Amino acid sequence: MSANSNTGGLEFLAATPLLWLSLTLGAYLAAVAVNERCNRMPLLNPTLLAIALVVAVLAVTGTSYKRYFDGAQFVHFLLGPAVVAMAVPLYRHTKLIRQSAGAVLVALGIGSVTAILSSVLLVRGLGGSRDLWLSAAPKSATAAISMAISERIGGIPALTGVLTISTGITGACLASYVLGLVGVKEWHARGFAMGLSSHGIATARAFQENEVAGTFASLAMALNGISTTVLVPLIIGLLDHVT
Amino acid sequence: MFTMCVLIVLQLVGEVIVRASGLPVPGAVIGLVLLYAILVLRGEVSEEMSRTSGYLLQNLGLLFVPAGVGVIAYLPMIASQWWSILLVLLVSVTATIAVTGLVVTWLSPISVEAATRQ
Repeated sequence: MSANSNTGGLEFLAATPLLWLSLTLGAYLAAVAVNERCNRMPLLNPTLLAIALVVAVLAVTGTSYKRYFDGAQFVHFLLGPAVVAMAVPLYRHTKLIRQSAGAVLVALGIGSVTAILSSVLLVRGLGGSRDLWLSAAPKSATAAISMAISERIGGIPALTGVLTISTGITGACLASYVLGLVGVKEWHARGFAMGLSSHGIATARAFQENEVAGTFASLAMALNGISTTVLVPLIIGLLDHVT
Repeated sequence: MFTMCVLIVLQLVGEVIVRASGLPVPGAVIGLVLLYAILVLRGEVSEEMSRTSGYLLQNLGLLFVPAGVGVIAYLPMIASQWWSILLVLLVSVTATIAVTGLVVTWLSPISVEAATRQ
């Protein structure tokens, strides 16, 4: 009792997972409100704003990530069921997917190679170490997959995780502008580009724009997970052979 | 609530299949394939499943917040090279989005394009 008195007796709150769970939910709700106030401006991505807000609170209160995650893991845990739930829109738009299957498969190959090759060549061009470009190669695949690939090819999985999440946020913020600039107006093409380049975080944005866009983003995310797994070792092997 | 359990159990079954087969994909993706197969067999999506999945997917952005916060712990790792990493991200993501979007648009049949226009 005396130990608590100098912190106003509120210290028990910081120890309960509920506080950090509430902070996560509250930060996201606030971020969504700001985003909607600004006409859903893509640059003010709600996920990005919420992350910034939580990080600021953790820094000010001197809370460790481990302690925060004790509470936030309940939200994190729902990612798995959410991926399973993507089967519902995919089933609903089966006809549309079948009709554009050819286009989607060619775009998967070309897009996947673009994502891998551009990151590897850019990092090398800027003088990055081998560790760094191996870690950057799988960054467009969803985090669970990209980190596993990184580990297998001798990259740094934690660094790949950072690059993967940053890729997702970059794509969610920029996709609408880039697609507008090159004149891609079809929802299925927009969604597919978002999911392929920037996995789940951009898929979340796609679902907010349009259900067809979200569906094709889910499809792209799943397919690019598979093609990145196959293509990264091939491309790295080829580059090692050439240089 | 029932449909939430279905999603969790399917992910669990997916994890078990991944463990047993050594497939290099997350268990949740196998769970997605299983749920898709179930929907095809049933020939319809129940009202409740439709609502649960819609709810999860509309709020997908929330679910990435805890992992995103975790990234900050690793920022010192890239602090000295942050500008080159930012450059790589901007160029690579922009190129990938533009190329992928254009290829899908160019190769899609006209019927699909008409159905999916903004």
